Amino acid sequence: MTDIIIFNDRSASDAVAVSLEGFLGASNTTAVRIEPGEDIRELLPHLDRVALVEINFPVFGDGRGYSAAQILREHGFTGELRAIGDVLVDQLAYMLRCGFDSADPDQALDADAVQNALNRYPHVYQKTTGTAPISGRRPIWEIRHE
Amino acid sequence: MYKYDEYDQAMVDARVEEFRDQTRRRLAGELTEDQFKPLRLMNGLYLQLHAYMLRVAIPYGTLNSQQMNMLGHIARKYDRGYGHFTTRQNIQYNWIKLEDAPDILADLSTVEMHAIQTSGNCIRNISSDQFAGAAADEITDPRPWAELLRQWSSFHPEFSYLPRKFKIAVIASDEDRAAMRLHDIGIQLIHNDAGKLGAKFFVGGGMGRTPMIGPEIRDFVPADELIHYAEACLRVYNRYGRRDNKYKARIKILVHELGKDEYTRQVEEEFAHMKTLGLNPPVAELARITEFFPDPAYDTTANDELDLTDPDFRIWVEQNTHPHKQAGYAIANISLKPTGGIPGDASADQIDLMADLAKEYSFDELRVTHAQNIVLPHVKKSELYALWQKLDDAGLAPANLDLISDMIACPGLDYCSLANARSIPVAQKIGQRFSDIGRQKELGELKLKISGCINACGHHHAGHIGILGVDRKGVENYQLSLGGSGAEDVSLAKITGPGFDEDGIVDAVEKVTDVYLRDREGDERFVDTYRRIGMVPFKEALYD
Repeated sequence: MTDIIIFNDRSASDAVAVSLEGFLGASNTTAVRIEPGEDIRELLPHLDRVALVEINFPVFGDGRGYSAAQILREHGFTGELRAIGDVLVDQLAYMLRCGFDSADPDQALDADAVQNALNRYPHVYQKTTGTAPISGRRPIWEIRHE
Repeated sequence: MYKYDEYDQAMVDARVEEFRDQTRRRLAGELTEDQFKPLRLMNGLYLQLHAYMLRVAIPYGTLNSQQMNMLGHIARKYDRGYGHFTTRQNIQYNWIKLEDAPDILADLSTVEMHAIQTSGNCIRNISSDQFAGAAADEITDPRPWAELLRQWSSFHPEFSYLPRKFKIAVIASDEDRAAMRLHDIGIQLIHNDAGKLGAKFFVGGGMGRTPMIGPEIRDFVPADELIHYAEACLRVYNRYGRRDNKYKARIKILVHELGKDEYTRQVEEEFAHMKTLGLNPPVAELARITEFFPDPAYDTTANDELDLTDPDFRIWVEQNTHPHKQAGYAIANISLKPTGGIPGDASADQIDLMADLAKEYSFDELRVTHAQNIVLPHVKKSELYALWQKLDDAGLAPANLDLISDMIACPGLDYCSLANARSIPVAQKIGQRFSDIGRQKELGELKLKISGCINACGHHHAGHIGILGVDRKGVENYQLSLGGSGAEDVSLAKITGPGFDEDGIVDAVEKVTDVYLRDREGDERFVDTYRRIGMVPFKEALYD
């Protein structure tokens, strides 16, 4: 658990995630792991009992997990959203903006590099949905027209 | 022209510093080439056969003289004194050193330019009509919409790791000068029955190994829903586009496999959801951007007559100028296709000269075309002769726009690590064969396009005459195809039959043009005659 990177001020869940199939088949689990080819919308009816969703990036270039994360947040998921797998430092800022709270990369990341990556861009061009600090982060077009 | 505000500038500056840090880590050995590759690609830096190639974005092909001068400066300081204008209205430099790349990006940022998302599996530079803001036939200037899309697509958190690259074009006239329907998303701005301005969406066009013409999926998206609709199109693609095979990963394959109707249904469902999220910038933002694109201060008393007594000037005017919406003005095309030259190449001196001429004659504006030429969009007719003389002195006045020697050609095996065959020597030989301008004018509009591999960067599928270079048992071989078009009469070219060697393909092009001259009726263009008489007469001439 020590290698988990937290993007915000919540604390990482220590629940053990099961597969989507396992989750849907057992009513007493609270953590689920989503693979890129799985339809995140199957989870939407069950969000009230989910504390942790892990979204797996088997290779960093497979970007389906970003859409999965956004769909969860857009449908009101407030539990922990964690990126796992081939998570590299240069993807962290996009993950944060898509609503992830944390990452558990296969390869440990340098702490300074993580902070640099998360704080690199002063503004954003798009509005996205997430929990703090993403909720309320205003895109450039909104600041221009305040 | 659009001007950055503090926010736009801050984003580009952050990118320069990020890439400087990434390059430093690579040069220090902290990043492997495998780890560095996706990072440099997001900044337009490719490792080619001989050196790094840097592709600089020219958003919707529009730039001012200061930016053009910067492109000349980069050619001179960091490359070998020239640059190559591309089919996506960008510029590429073929001889870049990795350690210089961060400084080049820093130089570019001082004139509001960048190389962001000019490669990688993300939304690429938005392309548009090179005559935008000047053409007599446009219903509005498409560039504000393209700029809105540029900002939306820059550093998009959800769509930066798509199944494959993603290209968007925006036009605003029925005549299509941007190959709009051969893009992943093609947008045509239109008025609806109520007179409101909006966007017609075509999705799933493209060239490459599996060329497709994008079907229309929505006839009208209002201005204040444009980004929602684009988000919906992209989200369906990001989730369901194929990732198992890079050759089947473009959105055209998804639209084809799902069927247009099912893809559209999914997009509409997503669109309905997007509308509840308020992701679209307000119309005030589009209005803000539009204010940067006013008409220049035309001289409304300018004389609309032109003295054409100089025969060489007359030929250039007839071929290389286009009607302007303002009386007394013309759109001037600068052909980068001299006989025997490399299509799209310009020297640093030529780039600087074009910048100077834009300042002097065209309200400080230039455009890059997808046919790899340059446009001075607003030239007073009374000054055209002086402009032409200066272009001619610099070798920039070939009077061959849209003629057979105005070829599109990819860099091919001379530069590109993907190519199977050379494109440039074939273009040069065809140019020499047809060097007589009288002969070219007799052949009329004839769009010849050459790709050095199946990826089709030279747009051969969209050529009236298309040439595809392949590798056949270690020997370069060239396949001929006929009948394509990237314009409003969009169509895909069909292959004639067995290919030819390098000299044989030049002869083959000549033979098909002979068939056209023999069989044409009235004022048919080459492609019209082909469409009327079909492939058979051409095959007979080529193979019997």
